[in-house]
Amino acid sequence: MTVVPSDAETLVLLIPLAAAAVLALLPGYRVTAWLNMLASLLTLAVVVALFIQPRPAPSHYLLIDDVNIVFILLNSFVGFTTSVFSASYIGHELHTGRLTPVYLRFYHAMYQVLMFAMNLALVSNNIGLMWVAIEIATLTTVLMVGIYRTHQAIEAAWKYFILGSVGIALALFGTILVYKAAQPVVGEGLDGMVWTVLMANVAHFDAATLNVAFIFLLLGYGTKVGLVPLHAWLPDAHSEGPTPISAVLSGLLLNVALFAVLRFKLLLAANPQAIMPGPLMVILGLTSVLFASLMLYRRRDIKRLFAYSSIEHMGIITFAFGMGGALANFAALLHMTMHSLTKSAIFFAVGHVSQVKGTQKIADIRGLTETHPVLGWGLVLGVFAIAGLPPLGIFTSEFLVVTSTFAREPLLAVALVVGLVVALGGLLLQLNGVAFGPPSAGTARSEASYLPLFAHLALVCAAGVYLPPALVAWFQHVAGRLG
Amino acid sequence: MDKIVFDIAHLLAGSILLVSFMMLYQDRLSALLNLFALHAVLLALSVAWQAHVHAAPHLYVTAMIALFFKALFIPLALHRIVVRLNIHRQIETVVGVGLTMMLGMGLAALAMLLMVRITPDSDLLGREDLGFALATVMLGLLLMVTRRNAVSQVIGFMSLENGTILAATGAKGMPMVVEISVAFSILIAFIVIGVFLFRIRERFDTVDLQALDQFRGEQG
Repeated sequence: MTVVPSDAETLVLLIPLAAAAVLALLPGYRVTAWLNMLASLLTLAVVVALFIQPRPAPSHYLLIDDVNIVFILLNSFVGFTTSVFSASYIGHELHTGRLTPVYLRFYHAMYQVLMFAMNLALVSNNIGLMWVAIEIATLTTVLMVGIYRTHQAIEAAWKYFILGSVGIALALFGTILVYKAAQPVVGEGLDGMVWTVLMANVAHFDAATLNVAFIFLLLGYGTKVGLVPLHAWLPDAHSEGPTPISAVLSGLLLNVALFAVLRFKLLLAANPQAIMPGPLMVILGLTSVLFASLMLYRRRDIKRLFAYSSIEHMGIITFAFGMGGALANFAALLHMTMHSLTKSAIFFAVGHVSQVKGTQKIADIRGLTETHPVLGWGLVLGVFAIAGLPPLGIFTSEFLVVTSTFAREPLLAVALVVGLVVALGGLLLQLNGVAFGPPSAGTARSEASYLPLFAHLALVCAAGVYLPPALVAWFQHVAGRLG
Repeated sequence: MDKIVFDIAHLLAGSILLVSFMMLYQDRLSALLNLFALHAVLLALSVAWQAHVHAAPHLYVTAMIALFFKALFIPLALHRIVVRLNIHRQIETVVGVGLTMMLGMGLAALAMLLMVRITPDSDLLGREDLGFALATVMLGLLLMVTRRNAVSQVIGFMSLENGTILAATGAKGMPMVVEISVAFSILIAFIVIGVFLFRIRERFDTVDLQALDQFRGEQG
């Protein structure tokens, strides 16, 4: 590669931003859908280059380290595959008139702005900048959720906006408190917000201020992760927006918010006098798993069903990161990767399903495997994976989470297993009607692009059977860095 | 340090908190908007005072944004929307005024106790300001919780953001990045809100008014 490292870092941000500007101006569906894909692919290529190169030295604003590169890589990969899915999905939406060409332009521009904001949040070395990036990501997704302009969509967007903004405001207050704690030690000015500087000096910070700051940050960013009891926006936002956005929300944005929580968890863990951040995360995570798994049973809307499943899985990941230690962190990283791939694959399938059936109501989607074998079996495979059935990837990571917990806190592990089993039952019960049984109306041929769906599922299947040693070593290394 | 410096800062931060309390029990929308404008003016004064005391000229920018954008532009725009929607007479309170005020006082006391205890006592001005700021944030949250109307929820949210800005400017030497971005994000936030309000109006104005009429009927 000819790019020097610092350039690659900024390119990850510049490509989506430039693409957003171009896409906002260009008319026409085919060209813009292609450009959207191309921009996402370019970003992915730069990220891969960034991954291979030696890490550049951190600046006051940007930082590439071993931890965030995993998130960035996952982010750009799913961002690219979703843009491929989005091209075929959006074509259908235009055809049926749910989206007008003007809104399509807006949609594509927002898609790239969202990618920019998420990448910025991940590469930022500055807690203020990270906050700004997550705020931008929130605002763009709010606009995307409301894009169909139906009554329900606007209501969902409004709810998301209000809850998301309150969360963001609380997170800002926490950020200010962190600066307040840092200021007597590192001095006034920019240094007090630079994460690497904070990490180096955190042992001398005032512990009481840090504790209160973490509570605000956990509640604030936790709202964006969708942790119970702060999850109320999540099912609505998933079910009313365009399906590619549901895929990006579930697969990526929740991870980005969790990454913010993780950054501050590391900060607190490095201060001996501060509270342990782990148990708080464990409690929130476990509550989310138990609550969401029960909620799976009575869902009537297929996208809401999988939104609750996302809450459950974010709960598992938060739980595992909260437990901490090399093995639990490894399991959490693996689970996060698997969940992102599987959940976005499921939303790809669900998007096409709801298009051919013309509805999102579970009761009206019956016998998919008969009418649309490829799509139906793809969905079946995805749900099997997300429910944690062996030998698929999520089984491996859930198994690791449970066993690492059993070794240290058996009672917590029992509670977690109850949640997992309840969720398994709920998902399979719902799947049974959707995939099998007498088919319902809506036999139109689906003009779907199956590539993203099956690429994700193939990766998840492969990971369940065989994890390449290089990947394992890499994740172990990162897990060690996570404390 | 001059005692008068602290006193003026306290007076301004305390006044912001006082206006937050007044917003809690104000149940007419147009009056609530006026109160919010006052809230923003006080914030601008407070930020300007901090800029003067700490000799931090960049804070004047934040003060200007608070004054022109939040104290003038937003209230005027919302006034127009409210009058057009014909909902400027009454708003819905979910909880009674007495209970809301009690809750508000409890939250304010809690915020003050927490902040004065935890923050290191190197910078008295900043510390007490932080207490007022947290109390303002809490009251903003309370305002949002006790109201159902979209416009008053927006006002609650903006008074909450005022609280975070008060905290940000109270933290001595906090970098410029955040102040600009805070102001900027509020701008974007307002665009979003504006878009929503317009969409809500163009789609459901009849629905909205009916709901409000029914509510009035219940009360009367």
